[in-house]
Amino acid sequence: MPRGSSDARLLIQSLSNAYAATPTNLKIIDLYVVFAVATALVQVAYMGLVGSFPFNSFLSGVLSCIGTAVLAVCLRIQVNKDNKEFKDLPPERAFADFILCNLVLHLVIMNFLG
Amino acid sequence: MASMATTALDSLPAPLRSLRLKTKQQELLLRVSALALIYVLAFAVRLFSVLRYESMIHEFDPYFNYRTTLFLSEHGFGDFWNWFDSESWYPLGRVVGGTLFPGLMVTAALLHRLLRALSLAVHIREVCVLTAPFFAANTTLVAYAFGREIWDSGAGLVAAALIAIVPGYISRSVAGSYDNEGVAIFALLLTFYLFVRAVNTGSLAWALASAFGYFYMVSAWGGYVFIINLVPLYVLVLLVTGRYSQRLYVAYNCMYVLGMLLAMQIRFVGFQHVQSGEHMAAMGVFFLLQVFFFLDWVKYLLNDARLFKSFLRITLTCVITVGTLALGIGTASGYISPWTGRFYSLLDPTYAKDHIPIIASVSEHQPTAWSSFMFDFHILLFLFPAGLYFCFKRLSDAMIFVVMYGLTSMYFAGVMVRLILVAAPAVCLISAIAASATIKNLTTLIRSPQTTSGKTTGSKAAARGAIDQSLPFQHNAAIALLLGAFYLLSRYAIHCTWVTSEAYSSPSIVLAARGHNGGRVIFDDYREAYYWLRQNTPPDAKIMSWWDYGYQITAMGNRTVIVDNNTWNNTHIATVGRAMSSYEDEAYEIMQSLDVNYVLVVFGGVTGYSSDDINKFLWMVRIGGGVFPVIKEPDYLVNGEYRIDKGAAPKMLNCLMYKLCYYRFGELTTEYGKPPGYVTSLTLLLAILMLLDKYDRVRGVEIGNKDIKLEYLEEAFTTSNWIVRIYKVKPPKNRS
Repeated sequence: MPRGSSDARLLIQSLSNAYAATPTNLKIIDLYVVFAVATALVQVAYMGLVGSFPFNSFLSGVLSCIGTAVLAVCLRIQVNKDNKEFKDLPPERAFADFILCNLVLHLVIMNFLG
Repeated sequence: MASMATTALDSLPAPLRSLRLKTKQQELLLRVSALALIYVLAFAVRLFSVLRYESMIHEFDPYFNYRTTLFLSEHGFGDFWNWFDSESWYPLGRVVGGTLFPGLMVTAALLHRLLRALSLAVHIREVCVLTAPFFAANTTLVAYAFGREIWDSGAGLVAAALIAIVPGYISRSVAGSYDNEGVAIFALLLTFYLFVRAVNTGSLAWALASAFGYFYMVSAWGGYVFIINLVPLYVLVLLVTGRYSQRLYVAYNCMYVLGMLLAMQIRFVGFQHVQSGEHMAAMGVFFLLQVFFFLDWVKYLLNDARLFKSFLRITLTCVITVGTLALGIGTASGYISPWTGRFYSLLDPTYAKDHIPIIASVSEHQPTAWSSFMFDFHILLFLFPAGLYFCFKRLSDAMIFVVMYGLTSMYFAGVMVRLILVAAPAVCLISAIAASATIKNLTTLIRSPQTTSGKTTGSKAAARGAIDQSLPFQHNAAIALLLGAFYLLSRYAIHCTWVTSEAYSSPSIVLAARGHNGGRVIFDDYREAYYWLRQNTPPDAKIMSWWDYGYQITAMGNRTVIVDNNTWNNTHIATVGRAMSSYEDEAYEIMQSLDVNYVLVVFGGVTGYSSDDINKFLWMVRIGGGVFPVIKEPDYLVNGEYRIDKGAAPKMLNCLMYKLCYYRFGELTTEYGKPPGYVTSLTLLLAILMLLDKYDRVRGVEIGNKDIKLEYLEEAFTTSNWIVRIYKVKPPKNRS
């Protein structure tokens, strides 16, 4: 399928071109999100290998990664300068909210690890 | 009003004039004082039951909650969490700490501790009695904030006032009805308010707050399933209608992930959020939202319609395949449990009747009658559609939420009587919008200058006059309508007060009836019987009764029961049902195997108390027959009719329940047949009138088996009005 592969190549190319224009701080957040999601995937794969016996431990591991990723995406949305929806929200406030949510998340995770 | 106040104040001397407030401040003062009055009203209207009877715990489930709260405040949280209760479900026992929603008990225990710290020496019982009114009062504040968020502060005030006295809510939150719903409705409304607030602001902090609200709700009541399904449904509707926003993304994801994690800390809920089918909708929407966000982001990056379309095709096929596969594998392998019966019976009202008698047997699980809608909502039933009209006129994200909450909860309220409670806040909010908007429109009409007097001043007035000329009596009509609205609202207030005092303030553990001369007769038989058990039976005695009375016997009688209101083990309940519906000798074997020492039955034939065991008996047969096919319902019926008189089925006339209820009932006539001078109390007089010839006052028939002999049991105690009868199981005979 030459047309399909060229389409895909074009797609990836234009995506990477567009992404290169993203500000650095957003790129850092993206990296963080990708790392968290990758960790979650590794844990799921590990669970597939050895079984899910301490189910709460598995859940807290995966949920801590997913939670971190989701919260980071929320932070990314809020500090994005191009985003018109959150013009009134100062980035400091967004970051403080992010820290607070992470704090709660990980305290609960610690309680749940077992 | 403000202008009148200022003119009045202008005539005052100078020092007083400095007290004059600006219009805005006046408005604030009025609003705060109105809210404070509503707060007090919501609390005070729920105290009827305390004034009429006494400060006591009502009904059935609250006794269990009271008992656990007592345990919690005496032994501390650690012991409570690990509490194994051997006094119920003999011989199985019950892991109480892991099978209850601890929110209510913890709340009451904390309140108690707080009051003690303030050196107010109150008993834990008073705290338990007043917990529900206190939280109902707090609910009015949340309703005010909610109303202000979705419409304006006027609608908020009206919503607070309506919810303070709405009978549908009062029915479950009067003083003494110490049940999960009392705090749960507060938590429910708070969660919804915080979530709407989070969607409106897109702030992580509000989403976190709503996750905590959700946590409190999960800890308090099983009805949290409503939240975890309504919120994803709402998100889905917003997605479908093209109202997706990044604020929604922030609010839902943060609330879902944190709320789910927090909810898992409640042991009774545990892993259900990832394992049970009822919670899968939320997870599905969570993943859907991620996909949606990702696509949105790629679209924003690409800026090219054709490329995006091909990208969309690839991702969508992948995601749908993976999602269906995961769900299919999860369900097939039994990892995701199927929906529970209670959930099915919500979606299909006839489900419970056909499949699960134990759910269908509870009267509050029956479909709602129109009259109870009217009884519980009164004028709100008419204001609700009007409010929906206003909502649709000013549609916003928050409005859609309220509309969806209103419509879904109305549906559920129609399916199950007890869910009117969940619908009540939504109905109040939407009705408040209608009332507030109507009254506001009418008052602006009245306060605008009279157009009929002539079109003289200014172009604005002339323009308005031109519009208004089509309605010549507008001013008068507005006044008339306003008066009508106030009439309706005052009728509402009167109705609510009447309903509260007449219908919903009865503790149902102490019964009140009207005597023939209008005086009140109090039947305190339940407590009489439970205290008798407490004082006169050995501490390790096991009491068998139908499950309704289990909680009360353990809490007040302090004795071990076989089954109780926590209907977790159907087989065990069916065993008791089988014993009750067998012949005495068969029942004796069952009772011996269960180690039963006493049997307790509730009998209303003397007083006319209709929810007694004879009326519940068919359910015992059905539940017993559901597990033990030996018991067949047709054996107890005559041509499909339930009878207890001479024409009753022979098995009915000789089963244990019938014998225990009507034992020595025949003698009652001769006892009461003495000359009238012998009669002292009004009850006895009534009894004479009705009891001639062994007349059962509930069923209105003469009983069929008057000559009852008991072989394996003996009568131990019968309360003064015969409502509760206790029998002792004789020890096995010596071998001869």
